[in-house]
Amino acid sequence: MSAPAPEPAAASSGLDAAYIFKKSLISALVALVLFSLMIGIRTEAGPTGQLVYWTRFGDLALMVAGVFGGSILIELLRRWWGPVTVTRVVPASVQTGLALARRAIAPLLLIFTVLVPVIFYDQRYILDLGILVLTYVMLGWGLNVVVGLAGLLDLGYVAFYAVGAYSYALLATNFGLSFWICLPLAGILAALWGVMLGFPVLRLRGDYLAIVTLAFGEIIRLVIINWQSLTGGPNGVSGIPRPTLFGIPLTPGDNGLAAKLGIEFSPTHRIVFLFYLILGLALLTNWVTIRLRRLPIGRAWEALREDEVACRALGINTTTTKLTAFATGAMFGGFAGAFFATRQGFISPESFTFQESALVLAIVVLGGMGSQLGVALAALTMIGGFELFRGLDQYRMLVFGFAMVLLMIWRPRGLIGHRAPTVFLKHSHAISSDLVKEGHG
Amino acid sequence: MSSDSILSVDRLTMRFGGIIAVNDLSFAAERRKITALIGPNGAGKTTVFNCITGFYRASSGTMRLTHDSGKQIQLERLNDFRISKQAKVARTFQNIRLFPGMTALENLMVAQHNALMLASGLTFLGLIGAPSWRSAENRAIDQARLWLDRIGLLERADDAAGNLPYGDQRRLEIARAMCTEPALLCLDEPAAGLNTRESAALSELLFSIRADHGASILLIEHDMSVVMEISDHVVVMDYGMKIAEGSPQDVRDDPKVIAAYLGADEQEAIAVMESGT
Repeated sequence: MSAPAPEPAAASSGLDAAYIFKKSLISALVALVLFSLMIGIRTEAGPTGQLVYWTRFGDLALMVAGVFGGSILIELLRRWWGPVTVTRVVPASVQTGLALARRAIAPLLLIFTVLVPVIFYDQRYILDLGILVLTYVMLGWGLNVVVGLAGLLDLGYVAFYAVGAYSYALLATNFGLSFWICLPLAGILAALWGVMLGFPVLRLRGDYLAIVTLAFGEIIRLVIINWQSLTGGPNGVSGIPRPTLFGIPLTPGDNGLAAKLGIEFSPTHRIVFLFYLILGLALLTNWVTIRLRRLPIGRAWEALREDEVACRALGINTTTTKLTAFATGAMFGGFAGAFFATRQGFISPESFTFQESALVLAIVVLGGMGSQLGVALAALTMIGGFELFRGLDQYRMLVFGFAMVLLMIWRPRGLIGHRAPTVFLKHSHAISSDLVKEGHG
Repeated sequence: MSSDSILSVDRLTMRFGGIIAVNDLSFAAERRKITALIGPNGAGKTTVFNCITGFYRASSGTMRLTHDSGKQIQLERLNDFRISKQAKVARTFQNIRLFPGMTALENLMVAQHNALMLASGLTFLGLIGAPSWRSAENRAIDQARLWLDRIGLLERADDAAGNLPYGDQRRLEIARAMCTEPALLCLDEPAAGLNTRESAALSELLFSIRADHGASILLIEHDMSVVMEISDHVVVMDYGMKIAEGSPQDVRDDPKVIAAYLGADEQEAIAVMESGT
């Protein structure tokens, strides 16, 4: 920096201090108004039913002071870490090293995931958590096709998860079909429902599309609850068959896998099998999505997200393009649902609430829309982080929300914010997220 | 009307509520010629374009497109993407509509969507990586490379379209429209916002499109020097009606045209006169 630079910097830092102080004061004032009734006065029913109340102004003052201090702290952190105008001087060698490290994340993560059952063989908790994370990775990758690539905001993704789960549960319990036959059927049925949802929402955009997909998710759940004769209503479906390794059950009996292999039976075998099953399904989702992106249909999805009018001018049938995006995403959701049913052995409508849709959508948005690695990392952070904060009890959601707010401040376009081109002549440059559109529904 | 017209618009009318944007307009665009549609601001030129390219449904009137094979298509009966897919009419937009987050090459690949969809066996052959799909994809990349070379953007093929300079974006949009292999190319103010050098390059590009690809061009333009230089036939509109038609020279000397421009905007009228000297 040249010599005259410090002077304006000092002047602006003086201004900044006043600005930060003012901003924090406003935050504290808002907190005072909000908390004065929530914390300042405590009411309870007295012994004879009359209203008893007492004040807690000490706690109130503490909370307001906390907001004031925290607000200053956050603002200072933002100044220090956020988008600053000065250029950061990082040696080129370090930058290339970082780029290499970034490229190595995906393979390393995959190798680690494959080895998880070997490393944590004795820790049932970690294996179960791994299965849960992988289920959400798969759901995230599935929804990524609809939201990340085609730019259609879908708030009812859990509907397809439910369709897949109930397809497998009902086909298996009523007709005794095996998991491996039901899996594609569940995918096809979910895709069919994806198309059914797609038709009425084709003309809708943005907020309207989001509302209708949200309603669709609720409709499916309510139908499941009320159609007692088929789905068992709120009681759910129980006794769903466990998956078999191509016909060989993982049971302690004589015809079980352990007996066939001549090893001692352990219930962990089934968990490890489930782990690799969902890993395989998730990798299939990933592989298909990566392939699709490089095919005309995938490019049309991304073009649709960028500019729908231009797509129509180029002779692209936007109707079928949107429907295929819905169907593909729904199909993967259906696969994940079938896996969920076979893993749990019991399903009920309670597993398919809006919260699941919101969680999967949060994973996609947090990961960086359209990025496969980003979605995987986000699922790991969200589900893993959720478990990590379990010890904090009732503050868990608070800490979690705080972490998400921080992330959105520093990485507003998600963990992996750039887009990789699907085809290139010489070099594949990552495209900055500033240029990539989010789609309008 | 000439028998060898690629597009003949007959009594086209477009009403928006009580406003008549295009009133009883008839004209023809000749095959392998450049036809310009000019007129003051608000004359209804872009509305005509939107009717031809299926973005608006015309209130009345017919638009007949005749392909080289002799096949005739009534454009008013098609809509939306079918105009581009079946009638082979491509268009560009007044405010550039590229896919900004995709590379220049990807933009040109998206334009070849319909051909590639068939080649990829509606995605299924492509998913398993069939050899026929691979060769079709390579041909599409070669086609895109050819166009990138023609518009001088081969070096920037892998850059995001949104990062290109304005003039390059204009030319890329024309190349993208040409990648759909159109019979009729409709350009909405292709020279808007270009400097002298860039609009000279644009004229050259349009000439070469006409000469090498046998495409007919219909364009809306404000830049009179471009219109006078490249167009074979000029149609002048004002208040939704045709007020003059003919060769650039005839139109330039037409008192009605000069009056329309003078009445509308002094600067444009001066531009009309000056471009002739």
